[in-house]
Amino acid sequence: MVTIYIEGKAYKIKQGQNLLQACLGLGFDLPYFCWHPALGSVGACRQCAVKRFKDENDTRGEIVMACMTPADDGTRISINDPEAVQFRASVIEWLMINHPHDCPVCDEGGECHLQDMTVMTGHNYRHSRFPKRTHRNQDLGPFINHEMNRCIQCYRCVRFYRDYAGGSDLNALASHDHVYFGRFQSGPLESEFSGNLVEICPTGVFTDKSLKSHFTRKWDLQTAPSVCVHCGLGCNTIPGERYDELRRIRNRYHHQVNGYFLCDRGRYGYEFVNSTQRIRHPLRQAGSREEAKLMMETEALELAAAMLADPGKVIGIGSPRAFLESNFALRALVGPERFHAGLSDSDFKCLGTGCNILQRGPVPAATLQGVALADAAFVLGEDVTQTAPLMALNLRQMRYGKSVRIVSDFQVPEWHDAGVREIGQLQSPALFNATPYPTRLDDEAMRTVYAAPHDLVRLGFAVLAALDASVFPMPDVNDAMQALANEIAQALLKAERPLLVAGTGCGNPALIEAAANMAWYLGRKGSAAAFALCVPECNSLGLRLMGGLDLNSAFQAIDEGRADTVVILENDLYRRADAQAVDAMLQKARNIIVIDHQQTATSEKAHLVLPAATFAEATGTLINNEGRAQRGYAVMPPKGAVRAGWRWLQMLMKAAGHAGASSWLRLENLTADLVKDMPVFQPVAGLDPKPAMPTPGGKLPRQSHRYTGRTAMHADIDVSEPKPPADEDAPLAFSMEGYDGRPPAGLISRVWAPGWNSEQSLNKFQSEIGGPLRGGDPGRRLIEPPASDDIRYFAMPEQEILPGADEYLLVPIHHIFGSEELSMASPGVARQAPQPYLALRPEDAPVGDGEQVRLLVSGKSLVLPLKLLPGMPERTAGLPDGLPGVPKMVLPAVVKILGKGSIEK
Amino acid sequence: MLSEQEKKEIEVVAGHYPIKRAAGIEALKIVQKHRGWISDEVLSHVADALEMSPTDLDAVATFYNFIFRRPVGRHVILVCNSVSCWIMGYDTIVSYLKDRLGIGFGETTGDGRFTLLPNVCLGACDRAPVMMIDDQLYVNLDAEKIDKILGSYD
Amino acid sequence: MEKPLTQNIRPDGTPLNLAEYEKAGGYQGLRKALTQLSPGEVTQLVLESNLRGRGGAGFPTGRKWSFVPMGDDVPQPKYLVINADEMEPATFKDRLLMEGDPHQLIEGIIIAAYAVQAGIAYIFLRRAYVTARQRLKQAIEEACAKGYLGRNILGSGFNLELYLHMSAGRYICGEETALLNALEGKRAIPRSKPPFPPVVGLWGKPTAFNNVETICNVPHIIRHGPVWFKDLSRVPDGGTKIYGASGKVRRPGAWELPMGVTIREILEEHAGGMQDGLTLRALLPGGASTDMLTAENLDIPMDFNSMQEAGSRLGTGTIVVIDDRTCIVGLLANLMQFFAQESCGWCTPCREGLAWLTKILNAMEQGRGKPEDIDHLRLHTRLITLGRTFCALAPGAMEPLQSALMYFEDDFKRHIHEKSCPWRDL
Repeated sequence: MVTIYIEGKAYKIKQGQNLLQACLGLGFDLPYFCWHPALGSVGACRQCAVKRFKDENDTRGEIVMACMTPADDGTRISINDPEAVQFRASVIEWLMINHPHDCPVCDEGGECHLQDMTVMTGHNYRHSRFPKRTHRNQDLGPFINHEMNRCIQCYRCVRFYRDYAGGSDLNALASHDHVYFGRFQSGPLESEFSGNLVEICPTGVFTDKSLKSHFTRKWDLQTAPSVCVHCGLGCNTIPGERYDELRRIRNRYHHQVNGYFLCDRGRYGYEFVNSTQRIRHPLRQAGSREEAKLMMETEALELAAAMLADPGKVIGIGSPRAFLESNFALRALVGPERFHAGLSDSDFKCLGTGCNILQRGPVPAATLQGVALADAAFVLGEDVTQTAPLMALNLRQMRYGKSVRIVSDFQVPEWHDAGVREIGQLQSPALFNATPYPTRLDDEAMRTVYAAPHDLVRLGFAVLAALDASVFPMPDVNDAMQALANEIAQALLKAERPLLVAGTGCGNPALIEAAANMAWYLGRKGSAAAFALCVPECNSLGLRLMGGLDLNSAFQAIDEGRADTVVILENDLYRRADAQAVDAMLQKARNIIVIDHQQTATSEKAHLVLPAATFAEATGTLINNEGRAQRGYAVMPPKGAVRAGWRWLQMLMKAAGHAGASSWLRLENLTADLVKDMPVFQPVAGLDPKPAMPTPGGKLPRQSHRYTGRTAMHADIDVSEPKPPADEDAPLAFSMEGYDGRPPAGLISRVWAPGWNSEQSLNKFQSEIGGPLRGGDPGRRLIEPPASDDIRYFAMPEQEILPGADEYLLVPIHHIFGSEELSMASPGVARQAPQPYLALRPEDAPVGDGEQVRLLVSGKSLVLPLKLLPGMPERTAGLPDGLPGVPKMVLPAVVKILGKGSIEK
Repeated sequence: MLSEQEKKEIEVVAGHYPIKRAAGIEALKIVQKHRGWISDEVLSHVADALEMSPTDLDAVATFYNFIFRRPVGRHVILVCNSVSCWIMGYDTIVSYLKDRLGIGFGETTGDGRFTLLPNVCLGACDRAPVMMIDDQLYVNLDAEKIDKILGSYD
Repeated sequence: MEKPLTQNIRPDGTPLNLAEYEKAGGYQGLRKALTQLSPGEVTQLVLESNLRGRGGAGFPTGRKWSFVPMGDDVPQPKYLVINADEMEPATFKDRLLMEGDPHQLIEGIIIAAYAVQAGIAYIFLRRAYVTARQRLKQAIEEACAKGYLGRNILGSGFNLELYLHMSAGRYICGEETALLNALEGKRAIPRSKPPFPPVVGLWGKPTAFNNVETICNVPHIIRHGPVWFKDLSRVPDGGTKIYGASGKVRRPGAWELPMGVTIREILEEHAGGMQDGLTLRALLPGGASTDMLTAENLDIPMDFNSMQEAGSRLGTGTIVVIDDRTCIVGLLANLMQFFAQESCGWCTPCREGLAWLTKILNAMEQGRGKPEDIDHLRLHTRLITLGRTFCALAPGAMEPLQSALMYFEDDFKRHIHEKSCPWRDL
């Protein structure tokens, strides 16, 4: 701790900060632009000027930039010094010389940092009488709107985009007062993290194009704390709703998970909530959607009761994209012995292995924050940018950490972004990226290797052997692989915080086992080793922790007649298993009940379809890849017949005469039973903050205190205002009462503080700048592995499948835009997704790039355009995973190339 | 595409630095020497040769005064507009040049012969006013001299 | 009077080739340094000579070198960068040295590199110096062929690669940290200090930095010793200095003179006094970014300390003479236009402030000035000072403005009241 003096008063603060951090952390209002808590200091905007005095006798002092000045012990400053005040007002005046007066029509309105800072400095009259400079804007693709005239040249956009996120297609162009932030030509931004520009930009240069397509004022958004459903990392989000439509997603700060950022799939994938493909009513179907008949809820429940009449013959198939509570309710309906996890075969195995590793220990699951702090990382088999994007973003921060360690020798503080990056610019972090095909993280890695999944497994075991041959003998690998293994082993051994990353991406559990072996070894050697497991969906880990049977056994149960009724929860089985197997089951089953929010190939074949709520309309719990239970709250009430998945199941149980469900009137009753039944989920019981809010009814209003009010939109139906719907499941209310205080961390549904309307007001919510939220970050980890010396290393498995002549080993290629089911309902995401293709290395190509090729995969014949992918390993072929038009790959599998293709009639 | 000659010259300057992209400006000047200006297409090729993105190269290219990102005439006239030349009659020679060529700053004559640009100090202040056409410096300018100089270019 | 820097420069300006340079005593300083002196001893000699940087800031060269970490465990390679981006308006001294005697610069570079044990050196040359480029290129080739550059120079075990980097025109590249970014192929934005370039410079490696004129002194210091060098000067700063004069004097030019000659000597004896019918009204003593002085200051010695005491700076030592028929406001508008255009666009006061001031001064010059404009100009000279901006460019731009407002406020007022430039038709 050090003592600094502000306006003559002493304050104790943490050592190693700059004056701007210190002032903001102490609650002072000091304006700034180029500084950002995640980006550090560069001293460009000159806005945060304060007066610094040499000692208590110094009355003259000198103006310094707070962001570039260390808050050393004994530092004396004044924020209110007239000269400092005048200089700050002048900086705003300079910035506003060219800024347009378009606030009333600007998309940033209501959360504009520039507006806040302008008000803060008291600048309100423009002395410049000269014409403003203007720019032409660029089309930056479906996600980001560009309006350069508003730019104040704070450089935060390019610092985030390039330095932080590794992008190379956005930069500062030209110079002096013509500086322009854009691409060299119009075109979609290439970075997977481009959407963060919306929040990074302090004004309206980069705004959310998806919000623009159905714009509403920011203060008229109804919001609630939520958790992203588009991958397994569990990034915290704040969705915003208006008039029953979800309008946008914004970051919700979580110190240990997503920090300040989101990926573009998470930010822009939400439009499935508004999709025309939504199931809005109970439907009775016989064979196809065309013959579907709308039903009343009571009718639907009667029909369901009849279908569920013989409990012994009912099986349930759960879902990794459904809330924990919904899966639990399904399990309760059908009984644990008839509950199937609804995962693909390879996910089932991989996640089973992953859960086992996390629970056995002794190495803990890495938090995303921990990923960024790793000083050596080995990614084994996972295309992290596409399957767990924020993890890739955090792996990119290893470079900064490495530079900080070097630069500390030169007395350059950690927050000095420019100085740190200069010294580290030609240094690669100890990041080793071993994947089955070239990935977007390769540019950041010290070493990159592409190999078929089984060869990657061998590499993993070779590294283990290089770490300690007494643990595992060196497998049969070539010299180059052995040298690489040695290098990786050395880097991991040298590290204080080594990180091993593996996941379900290749569908090969041995990759996860190999990574765990290394993590265990390193942890036992005494380093703070961590293991990061990449899982595909928002509740993959929660579902797998619940146990249940695999999907094949569900198929068997129906096939063998042990069951004749299947309840499918929020799951399209055609994305999980071979279409023939799914067809067979759905054909044979006498009763198929599907509870979902999207029409899918599976719901099409159901006999009874029940409309489920999305994450935006229901409250529930998701378990992320590190085993962190996080609660997402409904942003808007479900409309009409739509119900939370778990509520449908509760009603089905009641209709079918199950006693247990009668008490599940509220979510909390259900979670109470859940944790009783499965102690691993114990922390879930305490997820809602207690005590609740100091507001009427003890609930936090979902609408802001600035909410314009309800409108006359329903006046044609009834001129009196309807009563706001009640919400029994959340400590939040659908209310426009407003609340301008600071709610508990888990209930922050907007960040706002007096004078701070933008997300920069976060500094008022954090216990320290860039640190945990006040009162502790929300969510709880389910698994903290026991310390143990008893390590049983996994053995190296035989290669499961060998490609024959003319055959290639099938490798799924993941796409952030395209591989995930729900986000593809967003037009922007669909636009950025690739068309189906077959990828081969050029040496293996039977035809030219883009030409059609005929192939045989899992007994099915397909014709796809060929994509030449230099770097693909020998005898492997890639197909885009999960992309519409590409059949489900049941792994491991081989592809047979039949030759030049033509479209079959 | 870049010519073999251009590629070779770029390869040589790129070898002067630990990373190729450091040669960005010099590479652009090599190409500009051959082509007069830098089109988007050419910029992309140079960026490829230096293993960098076209946007990153453009960020550097547009920073400097001497990289032309728009077409220019066969000869570029750079008139020094800094203080010594200004004192010594810059205004007069610029008006003369503009009248004589029938163009303003940033423009190219109809016959594609000259592009006229202002330029900061050319470092020949003791012989002001001065201008540079392509790589040739002309000093102690007056109307008569300018006529003669312009006449010597095709 | 000894003129070590320009003694070899021929009246027609054609350069000496290697043989001619050697015949004139060239590369003897290098031989002495590499064969008789340790790197530390070279630095010590330069330190004792009181050689101060000729780029404008006047920092002692030997001290600058001493900041470069030495020893086997320091990051490698170390770099030496020669700032030949002479873009300060009205400055043309380095051009003279590079065109007239390129080997002198190269010899100095090798000695300096040896002193700091740099393995790679770059000459960062401004785009407009095409002739200097050709001559330096030729000279570097000759020096390589003769073994003065390359591996194991003069059998000393010292290696040096020297590259010529030609810029593409940006004043800010003269700022040494911006120059570092330019050399790295980035936008030439200045860097904040710390970290300082001698420790964290090019690509994060230790980097020494010197101006062309500064380095050209080094071979002579090594050859003749620091005492001889100090004796060349009339003041404690060692050596000679290349002074220049431009504007409406009879014989504009550049001359090597003892450090500390007076302005009057330069203007009257060497530049031949004012052209007929003109009187001197003001002068910029050391380039565009130095405070104006007036006829009352002519007897001040042109050295670092004296100029500072007079309220200005020695800068580059090349004087711009402003006569009584030249409009001060118009001149200021010209200067401000230059600084505004050459702002890199990184920090707000420079990017926005200078552009605004340019518009005000142009409006005044065109008769569209308003009474409050003078307040805005004056306010900016108080707002834009060192430490408040990111680098020294914008504060440099304030120097001529603030001095003009001090000496010639009436000129500004007349522009406003008369709604046109009173000097227009003179």
